[in-house]
Amino acid sequence: MIEARDLHKRFGRVEALGGVSFLAPDARITGLLGPNGAGKSTTLRILYATLAADSGSACVDGDTVSVANTDVRRRVGVLPHNAGLYPALTARENIEYFARLCGLGKAAARQRTGELIELLDLQEIATRRAKGFSQGQKIRTALARALVHSPRNLILDEPTNGLDVPAVRKLRALLLRLRERGHCILFSSHVMQEVAMLCDEAVVITAGRVVACGTPEALRQRTNAASFEDAFVALTGDAGEDA
Amino acid sequence: MRAVWTVFAKEFRENLRDRRTVLTALLLGPLFGPLFFSMMLQLSLDRSRVGADEIIQLQTINGVAAPNLMAFLQAQRIHIVPVAGDSTAARRLITTRAARLVLEVPPEYVASLEAGRPAALRLYADSSRTGDERYAARLSAVLDRYAQQIAVQRLTLRGVDPQLLAPVVVHRVDVSTPASRSLLVLGMMSFFIVLSMLTGGMYLAIDTTVGERERGTLEPLLATPAPRGQLVLGKMLATCAYMLLSLTLSTSALCLALGRIDLEQFGMSANLGPATAVGIIAIMAPLIPLLAALMTLIAAWTRSAREAQAWLGILQLVPSVPLVFASLLNLAPRLALMPVPSLSQHFLVTQLLRAEPLDKLWLATSAGSALLLGALLLVPVMRLYASERVLG
Repeated sequence: MIEARDLHKRFGRVEALGGVSFLAPDARITGLLGPNGAGKSTTLRILYATLAADSGSACVDGDTVSVANTDVRRRVGVLPHNAGLYPALTARENIEYFARLCGLGKAAARQRTGELIELLDLQEIATRRAKGFSQGQKIRTALARALVHSPRNLILDEPTNGLDVPAVRKLRALLLRLRERGHCILFSSHVMQEVAMLCDEAVVITAGRVVACGTPEALRQRTNAASFEDAFVALTGDAGEDA
Repeated sequence: MRAVWTVFAKEFRENLRDRRTVLTALLLGPLFGPLFFSMMLQLSLDRSRVGADEIIQLQTINGVAAPNLMAFLQAQRIHIVPVAGDSTAARRLITTRAARLVLEVPPEYVASLEAGRPAALRLYADSSRTGDERYAARLSAVLDRYAQQIAVQRLTLRGVDPQLLAPVVVHRVDVSTPASRSLLVLGMMSFFIVLSMLTGGMYLAIDTTVGERERGTLEPLLATPAPRGQLVLGKMLATCAYMLLSLTLSTSALCLALGRIDLEQFGMSANLGPATAVGIIAIMAPLIPLLAALMTLIAAWTRSAREAQAWLGILQLVPSVPLVFASLLNLAPRLALMPVPSLSQHFLVTQLLRAEPLDKLWLATSAGSALLLGALLLVPVMRLYASERVLG
């Protein structure tokens, strides 16, 4: 369970978040939806503790998140926006490195990495250096990295960015499987169809504030829109594009 | 502390895979540098050796007017080449580099000499050509001796004791030993070693901090539950390891390369055996954590790898600042200076090369101070990594 409570964040004079609150429950896929510059990444960064909020709090399973609280961070797997890999290491080494950093022993790290390579179809690139990976290969490796310590909660910042259709489908199947196992999944996106198809709950955020939340269907009905995409436009207005 | 070793092992291995970096950091700096240095040294020694026994070519204008002088010069291993012309021709010979030295005997020379007046000779040379300076100096000395000889003859003819001309005689006593003489050149060694240490660690310091941020791996790394202090420590240890490698390589290479030069032939000797190399490494090693922390701090603070490179390029000059001050102020090694990093290492390495006994207290002060400063620098590095500023 991931919870944002009235998060405020400023970067100099720019107000990035002006009070963001929402709850992403266990066994649900929650989509954080908003136009570019709405504050999605800032919100997620606060939730996985690489940024600190000016006020408000971020909680995982009821415990407050902070840099010092390593115990909470052990329960979260993170795929940051535009996450990179170490180009001189192979996919396997990239994943294993993070397994070790998450506290797994040598043998456990190796075994878990092997499982994820299988799960995410990485066999082909497992022993190849990450330097020439395609976007899809990069994201799948980074996803394996996020899952390496079997976290209860998963935060994915635009995970489908740059993925082709088969890769998106695979990702979707994986997330659904994780949901069935009771994981809490929070992901951000600016692609409507994705959110509509994948998430149980959508949190619509624009200009640093939550403007609506609910199931995609409920949101569509509330705005009297023909599609979820129209609902999104109705909810966010034009505010996002130049923010 | 497990994360420290995980990070260390990964950074060390990753950097090793970057062949070009390994080549520049570990081969070019530590190995090419000493080779270049010893070649320069050999060259400068070779040049200083010429002179005394070399025959000097001297172009003369109107030399026939002064046959005694010509005979005297020839007896002093100066080869006379008569040329025709006047002072303009003499200048042209020098500027076109057709001649190194031209001696012009003016027409009034003989008359002045016979009348007992100072007889002028003109010696043309180009003082901006550093290599020619010593030829002109040697010729002047020969001409002085010739003038002296005439003066003595004249005084003797007039019944005056020529010793009256030398009221004071200065005898210079050189107390330098061969080992201390070689220091003029070998004093450069400590500077070279510090420089190659910095080069050895520079790439890793950039790559593990700002480079990691640029590649987008810093954020996932910071999102792991591993304590951030351990992450930074692991990164700095990897930088330290490469600096230590670089230190070992450059010191061994310097000792080997300089050992091949026959310094004794030039009245110099240096203490360059394996024991000295080990000693130099031990004296220099405490500088490593300090320099690694400094490089890491600067690189993590900059916005891009390019900026980091520019700053660390400037940093390479910093260790030489105390050395410059010491030589300008003519500071002698003493206990009060041992806490100064880089300077104390320079003094101690120099003493080691001179084969002088090393004071244990000095050694401890030098090492302790460098290590303490390195530990203090860890505070801002850790603080930077704990803040969101590190993500740029």
